[in-house]
Amino acid sequence: MLFGTNPFFRWSYITSNWSQIQADLVQHIELSLIAVAIGTAISIPLAVLAWRYRIIRAPVFGVASALYIIPSLALFAILGPITGFVASYTTAEIALVGYTLLILIWNTVAGLDAVPADAREAATALGYSRSAALVRVDLPLALPYIFAGLRVATATVIGLVTVTALIGLGGLGQQITYGFNIGYNTPIIVGLVLSVALAAVADLLLVGAERLVVPWARTRRAKAVS
Amino acid sequence: MSFLAHVFEWFTTSANWTGPQGIPTLFLHQLELSVAVVLTAIVLGGGLGVVLGHTGRGGLVAVNAANAFRAVPTLALLTLLAIQPAISLKPGGSLAQWSGFLASWLALTALAIPPILTNTYVGMREVDADVRDAAKAMGLTGGQVLRKVEAPLALPFVMAGVRTASIEVVATSTLAAYVSYTDLGTYVITGLNTNDSVVAFSGALLVAAMAALVTLALSLLTRVLTPIPLRRTGRSRGLVTDPGLAQPAATANI
Repeated sequence: MLFGTNPFFRWSYITSNWSQIQADLVQHIELSLIAVAIGTAISIPLAVLAWRYRIIRAPVFGVASALYIIPSLALFAILGPITGFVASYTTAEIALVGYTLLILIWNTVAGLDAVPADAREAATALGYSRSAALVRVDLPLALPYIFAGLRVATATVIGLVTVTALIGLGGLGQQITYGFNIGYNTPIIVGLVLSVALAAVADLLLVGAERLVVPWARTRRAKAVS
Repeated sequence: MSFLAHVFEWFTTSANWTGPQGIPTLFLHQLELSVAVVLTAIVLGGGLGVVLGHTGRGGLVAVNAANAFRAVPTLALLTLLAIQPAISLKPGGSLAQWSGFLASWLALTALAIPPILTNTYVGMREVDADVRDAAKAMGLTGGQVLRKVEAPLALPFVMAGVRTASIEVVATSTLAAYVSYTDLGTYVITGLNTNDSVVAFSGALLVAAMAALVTLALSLLTRVLTPIPLRRTGRSRGLVTDPGLAQPAATANI
């Protein structure tokens, strides 16, 4: 045993390992940010296509569901031989992006479906073409749903990044596996608490961004509450 | 020999299908762990959801607390539990399987409760107040209203929660192998640790197949358990009620 006793939490661990914790935190943010960004860039166009052309809806949701159902650890192991190296950013990111697709596509399609027919008719009456209406009417009105999806996807990814520690990456997951390997509580708790805090901060930022981008949603929500 | 040929060879090696490290045994271990977890979560999460939904008090607080808990990485909970002396009496000793099971059972139950609790609570609250009043007006007692009116109407929601939880649990039970519980995840973990990509890949295929099977089986079960008048009605309000993929959006909208 490295440490004579194993208290529930030892502050000195944080001060003496601060640079490593910081590096893990940065890697965690990097892995999550890239996954959500790529996931969004893929999902929104796919969702628009799936919404407009019913015929591709089933295959798009089928593939996204299949990726969502495969356990993360298994997906890393399956992708490893394909990308060439298991413990690579590519392997981790492909898998992480895979998990965001279903959530983001699902919510975007639901949001587009929920656009009131009145709004679309008004856009047509004003002379908008179909694609202009998509960009200036449909997608903006779907934003509350898209943001709901982004929030779930971000929280999911931040949690899943810890599992990439088992293929040698992991961000804060490194703290968790380190603590487990030497039977020491503190690193695990550090990983757990920082990961939860990261998810909370990311969620707050997304809520803030939503308020900036979708100001009308706030007034509507306020009305619904009162 | 190509990589896939090696994988094929692994699957056709009879030694991989027998004994305590064989595919059938490890499959059963994973199933046992998942069933134990889901049953516990149904009793705890479903029970709490029914009580909160029936009385209508304190529900949102409980649901939000449960969902906030979902941000806790399962790997952290799993490893933290596994190294506690009360659970790992003999690290690496003969109790490894049992202590791995105990840690995984507790950690995965914590993962499985939120979706079941949330969906049960939502299902109970979605029961039309008029229907509830009508039942009371016909002289049904509180318990009868619960058994004969609320429970059947809430069942599709509850099943959606059970299905989401089960899929998550089966998927995450792969991680139990990391804390010495031998299940199909053991192939993946061992393969990764020994740089044997054939074993890791084969194990991953087994795990993925199991997750897909469980998803399919639960879809069928949901259909059988849903009262016939409620099947495929027009009132799928999309996110929570949708039979296919209930969860991703459901958490966002609570």
